[in-house]
Amino acid sequence: MATSSSRSCLQYLLHLAQDNLDFRLPEIKALLALRGKPFHPSGNFQEKSPFWCLDGLSEENVRGVMARSVCAKSAFELWGHGHTHSELRTSLLNYPSENMSPFMHKDSTYRINVYTFNKTLEFVDRIKRIDALEYLSFEGAVSLKSPQHIFCLLEDYGTDPNDIPEHPNYIYFGRWIADGQRELIRSHSVKNRHFIGNTSMDAGLSFIMANHAKVNENDVVFDPFVGTGSLLVACSHFRAYVCGTDIDYNTIHGRGRSSRTNQKWRGPDENIRANLRQYGTEEMYLDVMVSDASKPVWREAALFDAIITDPPYGIRESTRRTGSHKDVTRPPDGIYLESHVPVSQAYHLSDIFTDLLNFSAHHLVMGGRLVYWLPVYRPEYREETVPLHPCLRLVSNCEQTLSSHTSRRLITMEKIKKPEEIDSLAPLADPRFSPYQGHNAFREKYFSGLNKRCREGGQQTGRQWRVNQSAASRGKCVCVFFIE
Amino acid sequence: MKLLTHNMLTSHVKGVTKGYPLLIKATEVKVNEVDFNPQFVSRMIPKLEWSALVQAAEELGHRQDLPGELVPEYENNEEFLKKVHRVLLEVEVIEGFLQCPESGREFPISRGIPNMLLSEDEG
Repeated sequence: MATSSSRSCLQYLLHLAQDNLDFRLPEIKALLALRGKPFHPSGNFQEKSPFWCLDGLSEENVRGVMARSVCAKSAFELWGHGHTHSELRTSLLNYPSENMSPFMHKDSTYRINVYTFNKTLEFVDRIKRIDALEYLSFEGAVSLKSPQHIFCLLEDYGTDPNDIPEHPNYIYFGRWIADGQRELIRSHSVKNRHFIGNTSMDAGLSFIMANHAKVNENDVVFDPFVGTGSLLVACSHFRAYVCGTDIDYNTIHGRGRSSRTNQKWRGPDENIRANLRQYGTEEMYLDVMVSDASKPVWREAALFDAIITDPPYGIRESTRRTGSHKDVTRPPDGIYLESHVPVSQAYHLSDIFTDLLNFSAHHLVMGGRLVYWLPVYRPEYREETVPLHPCLRLVSNCEQTLSSHTSRRLITMEKIKKPEEIDSLAPLADPRFSPYQGHNAFREKYFSGLNKRCREGGQQTGRQWRVNQSAASRGKCVCVFFIE
Repeated sequence: MKLLTHNMLTSHVKGVTKGYPLLIKATEVKVNEVDFNPQFVSRMIPKLEWSALVQAAEELGHRQDLPGELVPEYENNEEFLKKVHRVLLEVEVIEGFLQCPESGREFPISRGIPNMLLSEDEG
């Protein structure tokens, strides 16, 4: 009994990757919430630190989180910690020996790793660090190749590469439990993906979005602006069934020009289904359709567990919906060409959000999540400009900076209430939409500083400069198109 | 197009009040094997419009012995769940069209993908 009670109040140490800092906390919180666990950091919690200590979890909870996280690198059962090696020693010697002995007995094999953050240690120094742990009574045999248990000494030298202290700011020692899913960023890279487009979402961010959305096994996930299906790829990897729509006939059918430099046209099997097949998740594919996200093609019911999307802002791709101000006559014989694409008109940014939030309020299950990107002109951004809805609770809002004055924010909302008639009108009257109401005005601002920067030149590296410039020119084309 | 998707779609032609379920006129239907996942099928059944599913399976000639009424305690009825699995996820319309039951407007399905776009004056 003593063992079980002391084991239930173990602490776990998460080692997190130092990129996408804003996205880490909502990811870990969402993955814990999937397991019905709250986020309980212990002691001196610092969000920007690469090391977090968590309380109130079981090893199984931690393994579950690590089986999903792309923000966390590794997790450890924390045995001791301190500001100095002598504090660490005291802490380790105070750690209940019954918690350690199952992993140190003489029939076991083990290995100790030394990990330093923001500093590189010489091999001999690493050996010294391991030798200094002689006060721990490891009785098993060392096995570097295939140990049963792996232990790790982690030293934190702060986050400033220009000011690396001689001694670590903090030291941890623990038993390795599991690694996170960083490998997915490489294995699912869009570089090696069969079917991609100009705006395919980066693999790492796609998995982060799926995690923020609490996508679970056997969920049904929908992307109303599906494009080449990057978000469906990520969700299907987590065993959710996926579907999507897009207004672009050629994208949905995998036709038209290729986005790769060495290839002019898309091949015969470049489509979303083939992407899922490439990653072994075709069985999670439901359907994709050619459809206008502003039109009610889904029956009125809570159909989706999550809605995850990267809406078009006319910044890197055009915003369109069907409809026209011109008088268009029906074809006299009433027959429509199969590939007929009706005249599309500009889709105002504020309307995209109103539609997306209303759609989510109606079609998400209770507790289901909406995750989407909101473009932001940074000088004018205020938290109040994030669109709200009476049926959706704002869960998180993470910034990804794109330039000095532009960024996009990953917004996560959770359905807390069934919509009533009056709720659908609420967002329209809301003053918070004002920055997005005149969509051309917003886009002009979004690009104005960029162009100025381009003219000034020199401040950005050549590569960034070219990328931004081409993005800007594409966006500008869209504006010209709409003004005409 | 799978029948699970069909079960969730409705006609959005302007002025139509009874646009559900869409009729299916198929010229090519394929059965693609998908791993049987009883948890997922059980989870989806309460979300389905059962009669629409039966009607759709009938239209495609794939109803087999799918009962007209949902059977009680289906969660533990593997034989039944397998039948539902088949019509929900394995039977696919490759070519044909969906038709609005009220206005008669047709939505083409080609290479398995429905096109739900309407013209300017219809939507």
